[in-house]
Amino acid sequence: MQRTSVRACLARKVSAALLLTALPVAAVAQTAPAAPAVPPVKLGIVTFLTGPAAGPFGIPGRNSAEIMIEMLNAGKVPAPYATAGLAGAPIVPKFVDEAGSTANQVTEFRNLVQRDGVNATVGYVSSGNCLAVAPVAEELKALTVFFDCGTPRIFEEKPLKYVFRATPHATMDSVGAARYVLKKFPDLASYSGINQNYAWGQDSWRDFVAAMKALAPKATVDKELLPKLFAGEFGAEISALLTTNSKIVHSSFWNGDLESFIVQNGARGLPARSTMVYTAGETAMFRLGAKIPDGTIIGARGPHGVMAPDTPLNKWFRGVYEDRFATAPTYPAYHMAQSILGLKSAWDKAAAAKGGQQPAIDDVVKAFEGIEFEGPSAKIRMAIGNGHQGIADIAYGSFRFNKAEGKAEIVDVVRYPAECVNPPANMTSTAWLEAGMPGAKCN
Amino acid sequence: MITAIAIVTDGLVYAAWLFVVAIGLTLIFGVMKILNVAHGAFYAFGAYAAATAIGLYFDRGWPVAGGYLAIATAAIAIGLVMGYILERVFLRRVYGRDEVVVVLITYALFLILEDVLILIWGTDGRSAYQPYTEAGSFTVGGLPLSVYDIGLVGFAGLLAIAASYTIKKTTFGRLLTAVIYDRETAAAFGVDVSRVYTVTFLVGAVLGALGGALTAPKISVTPGLGVEVIVLAFAVVAIGGMGSMEGALVGALIVGLFRAGAVHLIPQLELFSIYAVMALVLVFRPQGLFSRAQPRKI
Repeated sequence: MQRTSVRACLARKVSAALLLTALPVAAVAQTAPAAPAVPPVKLGIVTFLTGPAAGPFGIPGRNSAEIMIEMLNAGKVPAPYATAGLAGAPIVPKFVDEAGSTANQVTEFRNLVQRDGVNATVGYVSSGNCLAVAPVAEELKALTVFFDCGTPRIFEEKPLKYVFRATPHATMDSVGAARYVLKKFPDLASYSGINQNYAWGQDSWRDFVAAMKALAPKATVDKELLPKLFAGEFGAEISALLTTNSKIVHSSFWNGDLESFIVQNGARGLPARSTMVYTAGETAMFRLGAKIPDGTIIGARGPHGVMAPDTPLNKWFRGVYEDRFATAPTYPAYHMAQSILGLKSAWDKAAAAKGGQQPAIDDVVKAFEGIEFEGPSAKIRMAIGNGHQGIADIAYGSFRFNKAEGKAEIVDVVRYPAECVNPPANMTSTAWLEAGMPGAKCN
Repeated sequence: MITAIAIVTDGLVYAAWLFVVAIGLTLIFGVMKILNVAHGAFYAFGAYAAATAIGLYFDRGWPVAGGYLAIATAAIAIGLVMGYILERVFLRRVYGRDEVVVVLITYALFLILEDVLILIWGTDGRSAYQPYTEAGSFTVGGLPLSVYDIGLVGFAGLLAIAASYTIKKTTFGRLLTAVIYDRETAAAFGVDVSRVYTVTFLVGAVLGALGGALTAPKISVTPGLGVEVIVLAFAVVAIGGMGSMEGALVGALIVGLFRAGAVHLIPQLELFSIYAVMALVLVFRPQGLFSRAQPRKI
């Protein structure tokens, strides 16, 4: 923190010296007096640029960051974000690859903060990386906004000061999935799950089972499968699921595992016996199209993508993203956009409190706690985790391949309010689920 | 009953895949005494080449059957090209050097090739599912099975027979055996060891690429898939015995059946089961099931 302040102070002095040098020239040129140059804000952006998670998650996140930073710097983001940069300071991004071991990510994070001197970091898809980076961010007093990882444990195990997550955690995805499943199958007798064997998969399955116990106590678990991350081959797991009478199969698979699993289970007729529920399915639906059976339940970790409302901010975001990358933004792109907008909201609020001056990082941290802001697809409220964890509405729908137009669609979309699918501020997600989700407001 | 059928068929399918991947690795080690970490890159390049070939083939609306030929052609072509370049440019210079040095070189090549792969094909995953989905399915005892998967079992069986026949019944196989037993004596008797090395490495590379190419229609082909495979292939080879083809077959069967049993009966132990079997075998047979103990040279 001290380091950042000294750096910012030096930068301001250098800028002032340059301005003084330039003054006579400006006077001669008879141009309008130049505004004092605001030192840029260095922003670390960490996401998968290589590896199996790059295509469906890392690259949409990176692309979204590129657009948002460029547009914010140009002051072209619609209201309420029409002011340039972060309180007038241009953002200079430094992109870092999230691929590699967790230990490697911790080292890279230290490099970002201590060597490159970033003012803040927005990043991380993997829940394992978020869990590993959070204590280091606290140690270094480095403002860090997690953009896509979903494990609820980040703020539930220990209060954090410098870490934020504008994206709701996995409990929302699991509770939303359970509510949608029971809307479709009110008499569900049994169900199964296949989830990746690490923090995200384990937490997602645990929360889904807990939500089902609360909402449909008589429904039982048939099979509980936790293959390793990036396994790719799921023949035995599909056979195991085929031997059950489960009406639905829950999966929080993502990346290549999700696509491989959909293709393999489709070829063996699993969807004909059980309706598949993919909480992160939206990332695969455009790539696989008709390979996904109609009726498959699809989530997007929020009301993102095709389930997003038709607001001016969303229309603008989809438009610039599609123009630049010739593809629709999937939910990781939305997560990145809303994380950067959350950071901007906090930064601008902190600057406003200082009369328009650039805030110190501790000022931004203070302003970020409990803030409410508009994302492209929903209003985000940093309502839980001591004001560090965002909550938002979530939507689920059923997949349908429109053969006439040759495109993937989501129908029967149900949007659940944030208070219906997220725990309250004074409870951990596990405690809330085990208590039967008290205080949930679904109407 | 259905669970028993599932364990056997799933075990065989997984074993077939492991065997196709591991046989090239064990062949190269048996003949050249090279622990080839770059084998994972052969697998990955084979998968990408096959995905590209399948895409190009099916985009033209050609008959499905030819798609399988496209897979094989792509694997053989990429395996030969990569194997030739790696053997001629890099490995030839370090024959006879310490085994650790050679392992480090193949490891470095593996890392470099992972990035080369991204330079060529980019970071987006590739899908080439037609050969898998078009093959269809059939039911045994109430359990739907993929024709492609069962075809893979048949292919692995044929590969095992062909490998055994080549080693035992052909002139080249006898030359290989001579080099495996004692390279210097074989050279003294006029065997062109250098040529045997080149051919062996090319065959190993093609087999590695074929493993990836045959897997491509089942999975989303993404960067990094070679990493996962090489670890499993080493486990299979360690169980069977480094350099033993029979060992690779038995090792693959053991791993495949144990893993399938774990998934169906105790899913929490799926990953543990593979390495527990490996540890158990190595406790009692440190040289693997089919490797003979080596006399110590003084």
